[in-house]
Amino acid sequence: MALQDLCNFQDVFLDSVTTECSSVHFGKKTGCDFMQGSPFSNSSSLFNFYIPPVPLPFPISHGTTTLAFLFQGGVLAAADTRSSCAGQVACPASLKIRPVHSHMVSTTSGTSADCALWVRILSRELRLYQLRHGRRLSISGAAKLLSHMLHPFKGTKLCVAAILCGWDGGEEDGRHDNGGTKTELGGCTETAKKIAKSLDTSLQKTQSSSPTLGGQQHLTREKIRFSGPSLFYVCSDGTRLQGALFSVGSGSPYAYSILDQDVKWELTLDEATSIARQAVYRATHRDAYSGNHVDIFHISSKGWTRRSREDLKEEYYREKERRERGMRRDVTYEKAQCGD
Amino acid sequence: MEYLVGIQGKDFVLVAADNVAASSIIQMKHDYDKMFKLSEKILLLCVGEAGDTVQFAEYIQKNVQLYKMRNGYELSPAAAANFTRKNLADYLRSRTPYHVNLLLAGYDDTDGPGLFYMDYLSSLAKAPFAAHGYGAFLTLSILDRYYKPDLTREEAVDLLKKCIEELNKRFIMNLPSFTVRLIDKEGIHDLEKLTHGAK
Repeated sequence: MALQDLCNFQDVFLDSVTTECSSVHFGKKTGCDFMQGSPFSNSSSLFNFYIPPVPLPFPISHGTTTLAFLFQGGVLAAADTRSSCAGQVACPASLKIRPVHSHMVSTTSGTSADCALWVRILSRELRLYQLRHGRRLSISGAAKLLSHMLHPFKGTKLCVAAILCGWDGGEEDGRHDNGGTKTELGGCTETAKKIAKSLDTSLQKTQSSSPTLGGQQHLTREKIRFSGPSLFYVCSDGTRLQGALFSVGSGSPYAYSILDQDVKWELTLDEATSIARQAVYRATHRDAYSGNHVDIFHISSKGWTRRSREDLKEEYYREKERRERGMRRDVTYEKAQCGD
Repeated sequence: MEYLVGIQGKDFVLVAADNVAASSIIQMKHDYDKMFKLSEKILLLCVGEAGDTVQFAEYIQKNVQLYKMRNGYELSPAAAANFTRKNLADYLRSRTPYHVNLLLAGYDDTDGPGLFYMDYLSSLAKAPFAAHGYGAFLTLSILDRYYKPDLTREEAVDLLKKCIEELNKRFIMNLPSFTVRLIDKEGIHDLEKLTHGAK
């Protein structure tokens, strides 16, 4: 703008300089970058006074709430459906859990466009791998692949934080030893339980992936090909973590506190679903950048299934009604189910 | 927020690292292992920026293995440390420097045990004891006070415990558990994890 140039007006909404893309995010961006002087910030009202941006106490990461955890029935993934941009709700019904293939889904948070693209690229690469090698790549391998594909973009504004949830093995071609081809949940439970409960030392993993002495090679192959549920967190800053419970997004602290109390290996599918719903509901209540509906996906040895989308507004009014009636039916019912 | 420590004895090196993998204010994992096995008698402990640690450490790890495959014998700890430092230095003034702080601990059959301190500016120092992280401020003086060059294994573990007690007492971050490993002429041994009281 001419007046701006004449006055040497510095565009004050400079991007804060960090190489970490997870710092300073205002919700899930869908293209309009609040910090980079979009048309809104150049409106005349801002010429008269300049309010310096207040630094965030800690980086707000990816306006969303997604979570996933392992339990005896497989993997449960849940997410809200609000896409925000520049402090407004850009889309109240977005899909944050995307299937990658029949036995894997990915919960996504960060920039919507980046997530959508990279999950599709991952699906493509996994399908190519499957066609070339005759078997599916493990979740661990898929996570590593995604992590390496995102690495060149580190330091740029690309922002993807995904939880890969899936079931390894369980194919009919008989190439998997542990757990057998017809993977009974019982058979897999032990292996998966061990993985979930045992301390996951990455040293163990590096021992198994780095070729050591010849005698150990056979042992290491056995270790990798296990059959059962698996959960990996992959972030575009390079983090790749295996675990039994993850929550990602601005609503994640609220979700973690609910999940840490109730998630156990022995949950039934109904209990797990209800806990996941609660966690997302509570997070959406407190977090401005999460809300609208909740999606829940369940992955078992047979593949992924999806629950119909539920409106959390209804849940809010139901709870309000329950409390007004003074009935703690919700809490006692859940408690009874969990055997507390 | 992360902590690494190494203590060299007469014929062993004791190393420990915390087990927290954090993202902003959340602990995402409580049992994360920050040690990378480069060879039968060399460990690389790596902390720093999120993706850089694993990428760099695995890069070094695979290259050390490659050297062994090509030449038939393993790199010594000193050679591995210098190789690591060279890589850090090469990347330092590139567009993609690695922001990682490292401790390399190993046992050489001819030279004995060795502990090497490296930081993200690619400095390298062979030291009898070393630490990385905010915790280093609290524990280096304890190491200064009680360290002797001819420590036995038990004394070294006691010294390590003193350091961790101090962290639990004064460090603002909660670091509930530490992985501990010992390297001697027999190789790498896992010792018992040091956890904090009630947990």
